[in-house]
Amino acid sequence: MTPATTPDAAYNEGYLDEQTKRMIRRALLKAVAIPGYQVPFASREMPLAYGWGTGGMQVTAAVLGQGDVLKVIDQGADDTTNAVSIRRFFTRVSGVRTTERTAEATVIQTRHRIPEEPLRAHQIIVYQVPQPEPLRKLEPRETESRRMHALADYGLMHVKLYEDIARHGRITLSYDYPVLVGGRYIMAPSPIPSFDNPKMDNSPALQLFGAGREKRIYAIPPHTSVRSLDFEDHPFHPWRATSCCDLCGAEDSYLDEVVIDDRGGRMFVCSDTDWCGQRRDAGHRGRLAGHALARKETA
Amino acid sequence: MMAEAPLLEADRVSVSFGRIAAVREASFRLWPGEVLAIVGESGSGKTTLLRALHGEITPDDGRVLYRTAAGETVDLHRLSEPRRRALARTEWGFVHQNPRDGLRMAVSAGGNVGERLMAAGARHWGRIRAEAEGWLARVEIDGGRIDDPPRTFSGGMQQRLQIARVLVTEPRLVLMDEPTGGLDVSVQARLLDLIRSLVGELGIAAIIVTHDLAVARLLADRMLVMQRGEVVESGLTDQVLDDPQHPYSQLLVSSVLQA
Repeated sequence: MTPATTPDAAYNEGYLDEQTKRMIRRALLKAVAIPGYQVPFASREMPLAYGWGTGGMQVTAAVLGQGDVLKVIDQGADDTTNAVSIRRFFTRVSGVRTTERTAEATVIQTRHRIPEEPLRAHQIIVYQVPQPEPLRKLEPRETESRRMHALADYGLMHVKLYEDIARHGRITLSYDYPVLVGGRYIMAPSPIPSFDNPKMDNSPALQLFGAGREKRIYAIPPHTSVRSLDFEDHPFHPWRATSCCDLCGAEDSYLDEVVIDDRGGRMFVCSDTDWCGQRRDAGHRGRLAGHALARKETA
Repeated sequence: MMAEAPLLEADRVSVSFGRIAAVREASFRLWPGEVLAIVGESGSGKTTLLRALHGEITPDDGRVLYRTAAGETVDLHRLSEPRRRALARTEWGFVHQNPRDGLRMAVSAGGNVGERLMAAGARHWGRIRAEAEGWLARVEIDGGRIDDPPRTFSGGMQQRLQIARVLVTEPRLVLMDEPTGGLDVSVQARLLDLIRSLVGELGIAAIIVTHDLAVARLLADRMLVMQRGEVVESGLTDQVLDDPQHPYSQLLVSSVLQA
């Protein structure tokens, strides 16, 4: 864990001004009160481009307090560009403590993954969302899709899954897999793999979603049912590569496939770097452990 | 045999768009299993009346009463929107003149037919599929085309698909807006044949808006003649067509070329 620092005096704490943070908190309260409902909010310009997590950053800025410990992941990794720059941003503008350990974090901002380590009560996970509207590709009219949400008129969502099975024999959707939250609203879980969908169900942590460009916030309060849509005869099946991690040997984590040479060589590694590192520290070894590529970098 | 209460009753329905009175005090009753044709020239208000009956536009005056499957009589324009939508996807159907308005062109034929079933809560893929296959056969579409999107279909096939999509939940009332418009005569004849046999088989009540008197003659038990937003004549189809009383009905009947 990095220690707390003094924030850059040129910025208000957390970059956003206090009025903006209050506005976002009001939207968050409404979102928590109506699980899965998309609350419009006055999304601000952030010092990076739309699509890089502006929505998630605004939510994080609004919930971050001085006692918090922030973890930022991108595709499960703590050390990718997006994760590093967002973590550095919050260190600079709020002086918050940061960590790469899931268990130590109180606020986790994520893009495309939920950590492997089960989240606990009093943790907040903030998702970066590119497209908050699960019906967008099915119904082009915003007015109509809002009405469909209002009336829980969701037949169309199943038409999409029907088409998938008709064409491919199974539901091929493997990320951003639509879920029914609290038995009422259909929600886009952001582009996390369907592998992570079951982790959202009845989670003790608070889950917040921010879409900066689309100006929407939504939330799943702790202990809320989150059901992935499916058919009775084609049940939901979380997708995972049929292999195990070549570094730590994990058989139940979500894997990334990495090409390692120009002769068809490849390896599978846990996408959650913190999880994989902890397992290796505990002595777990995969197929390529000890390989030059598998040497653990020292920070 | 007639049931004792009408299925649908329009009571002095008036719709105006600004200063233009599109429909003036239209009243009629539709009985279960009956087919009613609304005829008239372009601009006579027949489509507007149909849309008011479907709840898409709210009339300025008058009301539309509908007797639900549960036997309750409801005022369509006073129903809450969730209630009206639930009725619209289970008890009614709407067949558009242009199949593009009634179909999802990018979704396969099977998905189009299955949509209403899924909206009504069907969640078993195999059964939805089997139902869609059955309906494609009933509207004479080759079962091998079930996974093709309707944009690859001919106009007549699209229209038949639209009918399958509407009838799959076996609605009690179907509203059709010029169902044979834009089709050539031989395709029209087959489509009319199909509609007549399906409506007869399922005992569905239907309201068909058309400017084609032959369609009315073939399908309808009763008809209304509209001119400039008013119902000028109504009666049994044969009676109106063979012995028109109103000057406009006489003009309409005499304008048709005798083949």
